[in-house]
Amino acid sequence: MSQATQAGGARRGAVITAITSGKGGVGKTLVAANLAAALARAGQRVLVLDADLGLANLDVVLNLSARVTLHDVFTGKATLDEALQPAPGGFSVLLAGSGLVEYSRMTPEVRDKLLDVIAQVRPRFDQVLLDTGAGISDVVLFTVSLADEVLIVATPEPTSLTDAYATVKVLATTQPARPMRLLVNQVQKAGEGRAVATQLQQVVDRFVSPGLAAPVRLLPLGEVPLDAAVRTSVQRRQLLMDALPGSPAAVALAAAVARLLPP
Amino acid sequence: MDAAPADPALADGRTLRLDSALALLRQAGQAEPSAEPGSPAYLQALIDQLVDLSSRDALTGLANRRNFELALAREVDRVARSGESALLLMVDIDHFKRVNDTHGHGAGDLVIRAVGQALTDSVRPMDLVARIGGEEYAVLLPNCPPAFGPQVAARVRQRVARSSVALQDGQRLVVTCSVGGAFAPQWVRSTPGIWLQRADLQLYRAKAEGRDRVCLEHTAAPDVSVQERDMLLGSHASQDSE
Repeated sequence: MSQATQAGGARRGAVITAITSGKGGVGKTLVAANLAAALARAGQRVLVLDADLGLANLDVVLNLSARVTLHDVFTGKATLDEALQPAPGGFSVLLAGSGLVEYSRMTPEVRDKLLDVIAQVRPRFDQVLLDTGAGISDVVLFTVSLADEVLIVATPEPTSLTDAYATVKVLATTQPARPMRLLVNQVQKAGEGRAVATQLQQVVDRFVSPGLAAPVRLLPLGEVPLDAAVRTSVQRRQLLMDALPGSPAAVALAAAVARLLPP
Repeated sequence: MDAAPADPALADGRTLRLDSALALLRQAGQAEPSAEPGSPAYLQALIDQLVDLSSRDALTGLANRRNFELALAREVDRVARSGESALLLMVDIDHFKRVNDTHGHGAGDLVIRAVGQALTDSVRPMDLVARIGGEEYAVLLPNCPPAFGPQVAARVRQRVARSSVALQDGQRLVVTCSVGGAFAPQWVRSTPGIWLQRADLQLYRAKAEGRDRVCLEHTAAPDVSVQERDMLLGSHASQDSE
């Protein structure tokens, strides 16, 4: 089972995408929720899984209460079906629940339970988005290793960029190769995202790829402007794409998703 | 190639052609199995001996590349499941070509053997020492915490540098080695190839930095060097953030 559920294994069912960033607070959860809504709108069966094990703000962003959680599934108090809940954007979510903080260190038990959950959800969805934690802890590296594709969210801010680079480096050097996309969030002027992506690619070409069997190519997914609408939607506890679909950030996110979808 | 049930030739081991197998064993200095020739016990012992022979390096008696690759794949799977820490060291004799050129290939063989012995002496019995190329060795150390890595690698390097090889003409020869190492990615299912590549990269670094030294990959968060940061952020940004 573990073979098939991990990167590189024969895939049946959903494409699993890990959304990760290195640094926290760059909009991972916002991207996950709105990406999920847009994919759902395009007819895909989508699940967002709080892979931050209780620390993600998925419930806040989506105005959901964590009634039955991944924690209950882990402890055998609930089945996976009971824990899957519908979100406003027409997709499903699996919230972790704060009790999972105790699982924030990797053990063989956490590993097996996460593998089991992934194996169960994979055949039931077309897209599974893993909203991973910040940083590059062993839990984050493990959850990312479960994914078929990686989406890195960064902002042009120096610490975010440095942490995004460190994430690319550790993934490229320790895990099997797979598609790695880059979304630049909170850009202050148009074109800044492309500049950041080019810069990141150049450093990767110079310092990371030479030691690898094949060079790492970061696939640019676009840029999302810094936009007050994001804050407004979070305050209203509504999905940005539903609440303010015409806002620059929502338009940019929709364009990014369009690049992800099969033609 | 039809599967004939109860083929008498298969049932009777005495009809098997074992000459070349026995010749190989004799050449390797191993005795013929003591069981009744042709009996299942005899054949099993013979197979075991051949397996052992095909997993060892002929010159040093160490694990060979094939054996090493199997062990490496097993270890990658194990650390992915257990989260245990495992270290891979790549060891290469410095300026080995000079030994061959100056003292002849016989001396080269003696050096290869002596280094293999020094490596075996410097690690635990549970660790696997393999000769994987001409003058290149690998040491696989299961259950080796990151904090012990530098110490273990330093001991391996020193042990080689301290052992002198007695040549046939009475001269004593001292060689040094370069050591590169990397820990397996814990929890994550990776590939033996990636692990090997990372350790190799460190060996390359040790060679480039002047040989007779140890380079280990940093564990946990990868270091982002000043050069990498400067290029990433442009020199203005990096001055700002410092």
